Amino acid sequence: MTEQTSSAGSRRRSGPWSLLAGHPIGIIGAAVMIVVVAAAILAPLLGTSDPIALNPVNRLKHPSELFWLGTDMYGRDVWSRVVYGARVSLTVGVSAAALSVVFGLLIGMVAGYVRWLDGIVMRVMDGLMAIPGILLAIALVSLSGASIVTVIIAITIPEIPRVVRLVRSVVLSVREEPYVEAAISVATPVTKILRKHILPNTIPPLIVQATYVCASAMLTESFLSFLGAGTPPEVPSWGNMMAEGRLFFPLAPWIVLFPGVALALTILAVNVLGDALRDKLDPKLARRI
Amino acid sequence: MTGGAPMTGPTNGPMTERRTVLDVRGLTVRLPDGADRRHAVEDVSLTVGAGEIVCIVGESGSGKSVTAFTVMGLLPKQQLRPVAGQILFEGADLLTKSAAELRAMRGERLSMIFQEPMTALNPVMTVGDQIGEVLDIHTSLDRGEREQRVLEIMDLVRLPDPKAMLNAYPHQLSGGQRQRIMIACALVLDPALLIADEPTTALDVTTQAQILKLIKEMQERRGTGVLFITHDFGVVADIADRVVVMQRGRVVESGTADEILRRPSHPYTQMLIGSVPSLHPPARAPLHHAPVALETRGLGKTYGGGGFFRKDRTVKAATDVNLVVRKGETLGIVGESGSGKSTVARCVVRLIDPTEGEIYLHDAEVAKLSASLLRKHRKRVQIVFQDPYRSLNPRQTVAESIIEGPMNFGVSRADALAKARELMTLVGLEPDAVDRYPHQFSGGQRQRICIARALAMEPDVLIADEAVSALDVSVQAQVLELLDDVRKRFNLAVLFITHDLRVAAQICDRIMVMHKGKVVEEGSTAEVFANPREDYTKALFDAAPGRGYEFGGVRAAE
Repeated sequence: MTEQTSSAGSRRRSGPWSLLAGHPIGIIGAAVMIVVVAAAILAPLLGTSDPIALNPVNRLKHPSELFWLGTDMYGRDVWSRVVYGARVSLTVGVSAAALSVVFGLLIGMVAGYVRWLDGIVMRVMDGLMAIPGILLAIALVSLSGASIVTVIIAITIPEIPRVVRLVRSVVLSVREEPYVEAAISVATPVTKILRKHILPNTIPPLIVQATYVCASAMLTESFLSFLGAGTPPEVPSWGNMMAEGRLFFPLAPWIVLFPGVALALTILAVNVLGDALRDKLDPKLARRI
Repeated sequence: MTGGAPMTGPTNGPMTERRTVLDVRGLTVRLPDGADRRHAVEDVSLTVGAGEIVCIVGESGSGKSVTAFTVMGLLPKQQLRPVAGQILFEGADLLTKSAAELRAMRGERLSMIFQEPMTALNPVMTVGDQIGEVLDIHTSLDRGEREQRVLEIMDLVRLPDPKAMLNAYPHQLSGGQRQRIMIACALVLDPALLIADEPTTALDVTTQAQILKLIKEMQERRGTGVLFITHDFGVVADIADRVVVMQRGRVVESGTADEILRRPSHPYTQMLIGSVPSLHPPARAPLHHAPVALETRGLGKTYGGGGFFRKDRTVKAATDVNLVVRKGETLGIVGESGSGKSTVARCVVRLIDPTEGEIYLHDAEVAKLSASLLRKHRKRVQIVFQDPYRSLNPRQTVAESIIEGPMNFGVSRADALAKARELMTLVGLEPDAVDRYPHQFSGGQRQRICIARALAMEPDVLIADEAVSALDVSVQAQVLELLDDVRKRFNLAVLFITHDLRVAAQICDRIMVMHKGKVVEEGSTAEVFANPREDYTKALFDAAPGRGYEFGGVRAAE
């Protein structure tokens, strides 16, 4: 019997960056995301003026040295507002992704492992999935007023069933693995089986799913704000900016253009990053698409 | 299956000059950098004559499949590159042919059948169309002629009612029928060379015997040269004219089937053939007085039937199984796939809940116990599974896997770890290896670890569910020896589930033969092998490959 030696052992431990090695588009996506995150954190330093200060004298100014991306109809600096807008988008995107993953993971593990609950849980999830996010958001806003929290809740709820389905399918296949059956036969409690043997298998696809939730949440937030059902108008979000600027589009296209570009680039970056992670973490899925 | 005449006699054909169809000379295929060796196959030479069956035998990693795939031109060229040698097929070197030229030859002049007929066939195409497709690509027959040819070949491969089967989809056929369709596809254009890559490995023995017979018959009738890849010496004995033995990418020995099987000269061949368990059970003293460790009465499992909105089809996976295993005894359950043997094992471990009957562990009845009451009985029955690559959690060290059970029953981590190291030594591994991950071990080593994990619970009953079936024959012999050793040492009652009669003959005191969920025959191993009473048992034994040869010897020394 010739034996494999430990040569393969060192491959397992490696930092998150090696995940993107050999995936140039993924690296570009990650770089764009780093810039966006940095902008959001450093917004007070980067903004050249107060994003909500009205200055009617300087309204509808072209992009110039003083106002890098021009000013809007109230004379607010578009550059500062775009930079602050990153905060809103990221807050909504990351919170919605985190919340839907946490709830989806819990519900999905229960549905996948506790067979008799599966039918009930999944029918409820099917019901949730049938609610359009926009409709739910409009309903919530009219009930409790426009705020970022309302928007996050409205976006998270319809995303949860998607995560639940993903987790459930992983649990269903992993619970059939002999090593899980071996754990059952040595009387390992269910909670420990779920935590030690099943949970780790759900993490790679969940990371990928989280990036998609994040991207779609940012888009939905902008969309809701554009419709006036999202973040309150005084908050500088990309959706709000585009909504307010659209009347002035023939006169001052930059008011709509720059937040639009920022939104498009950010979502593209998140999606590209998600694809790269999927290729690395879930090769089977990548081949199927 | 026809009577008991063993299918030997490949060697009685005179070795007159045959037209050489395939002549592989000094073939070397490079492995990518970082692999465990430089070449997948190195300096391999072999010939296949018209109307001749040449078997390449070897264990996993021997390069036998790479050789076959190179001949077919089906290697992933980026990773595996032929760097030296020639493959002369009907006089022309295949290695110098372009992809288009090779494509034109594949199917028409050389064809291949694979191990798993379900994945080799297209699930959304009727089988008639799949055979017809081969004709469409290489010939210009009209519809009528095409159908005629398809029906002819389906008839030749002995498919029942070809007309009706023409429009069947692969999932509607049995495994044996699918493999017949594959053979029909491969032979419809009368190729000069057929490459068969473990074509019967996924099939039951009775089906395997039929398919081997078919391949032999087709090849004799049409004068096809066959390159047959297998790991099973029984199959070699049944089918081969000549044998090429490979080890780690090199040919270690080649010769006629009779020479290799009866008078192997290379030590590796001798070891391989010596590791094949004999079909003749050794004498074993009966254990009538030992206490009963495991007993089932009227055990049954029925699947389905619980449909909420509609009536589900029910499947009786096992019915009325009564078995008794005494301490220190090995009871074998043998049967083909779908016989219910694994269902019984899984019911006894309570991985699935039996629908009828009782299970006694000593005096405790556990068939209907709830999860919480069952807990304290769990440690009495342990199981070793078939697939060594999936039986251990790849994300945790071996130590974590072994100590999980004892720690569930309140053993401290330090004590459990000390025990784990002790058990590693017992199963023939380094105690320090407990800190490694499963992927750092070979299949046989992992199976040893699984046995250590089971022993860590100090069970009374050990269930081996096809525990050696996925292992190479030399490793299999070692793991079998280990199982027998721990049975003696701990006075375990062993329930040994297998489809392999050779393995059953060697390790079991008594055997039960299951067929379609029912026990059809039961008795001491020697008795059942010498005088099978039931027709099914007889058919099963007759189908065992290589009956005409007496292999083994490893355990005979005991």
